[in-house]
Amino acid sequence: MSQSLTTAHNAKRMYRFDLMQRLTAQLRNEEAVIGGIGNTNFDLWSAGHRAQNFYMLGSMGLAVPIALGVALAQPQRKVFALEGDGSLLMQLGCLSTVATLAPKNLAILVFDNGVYQITGGQPTPAAGGADFAAIARGCGLANAVWAADEADFERLVQHCLETDGPHFIGLKLDDQPPVSQTERDPAQIRDRFMRGMGARKSKLPG
Amino acid sequence: MQTEAAARPRAWHEIVLAVLKANDVRLVPYVPDNVLKPLINAVHADPFFTAFATAREEEAIGIVCGAWMAGTRGIVLMQTSGFATLANVLASLPCAFQIPALMMISERGTLGEFNIGQAMVWRTMRPVLEALGMEHHVISRLDECEFICDRTIKQAVMTQQPAALILSPLLTGGKVVAPPKA
Repeated sequence: MSQSLTTAHNAKRMYRFDLMQRLTAQLRNEEAVIGGIGNTNFDLWSAGHRAQNFYMLGSMGLAVPIALGVALAQPQRKVFALEGDGSLLMQLGCLSTVATLAPKNLAILVFDNGVYQITGGQPTPAAGGADFAAIARGCGLANAVWAADEADFERLVQHCLETDGPHFIGLKLDDQPPVSQTERDPAQIRDRFMRGMGARKSKLPG
Repeated sequence: MQTEAAARPRAWHEIVLAVLKANDVRLVPYVPDNVLKPLINAVHADPFFTAFATAREEEAIGIVCGAWMAGTRGIVLMQTSGFATLANVLASLPCAFQIPALMMISERGTLGEFNIGQAMVWRTMRPVLEALGMEHHVISRLDECEFICDRTIKQAVMTQQPAALILSPLLTGGKVVAPPKA
């Protein structure tokens, strides 16, 4: 894939919920999607529950590691990690781990609004200009890119679906709030996700 | 004819390796420790396992939780100071979601510790395990190692609860340095 000319500075600021809808509309093969803490998984939830969605409730920064675990367990299934910029800052080391293990079926999407939106919009410590795609490339994820706009995002998602990873897409966000909140019932979320992964069969309906 | 290997009692790490295999625990992310070195070397040498280092113990917990939900069992190897970084993710991921995240903790900070930092952080390990209500067992004797490891893993899986196995210096010898000369 040719290197995108889009940078952290000229990428269009997009609406997280719209991106979630565009992402899930392109998933046709029971791809796993791991939604990171807070507004990231809220908008994944709002885009419509899928049996292969997992919604984190705490453990800030672990969307990529959880997705990596799923990817290692099921190499034939594509896995998307959706992580916020503040969350990724908590666990930057995971990018090195992903680059080293190089799972072909993993894609990391970072939703970068530059602030801790859920706690009142305080700027993150990356306000000085940290470039997450550049950080990812520095960790060894050579094809890490910023999405220029919505059409570019859809093209990049298709590229993730059709080619070997690991992939990394940076997404600059506007400041719109999430549409709704995920139901906070972790045991149910885990059980549904395991069924969605084919890792559990149960006669209990659901 | 009895070979020398058959006559020699198995070392703790040989027992642990066999129990992990018997229980189909394949994924072994770790943050290394000197005491764990023979076990880490053994899981790297055996193609049954997928073993690799992570940058932080939190990351390894996320990986084994994700793998479990997708059908693969794993265990995180760490030392006492690494466990001390985990309270938040243990509470909000394996405890809240009822995921049998397995941990093996090499116990530093007691029975001859030379580093006061390790000795201080050791004090937090059992209170945190108890506060989280997590099943945990100390392995201090070679003859109990197989039983404790095997039953702890089986209970974790059957009850869908995380569990910690603590490797006592009584079992492993711990990490020792010669005291400074006066």
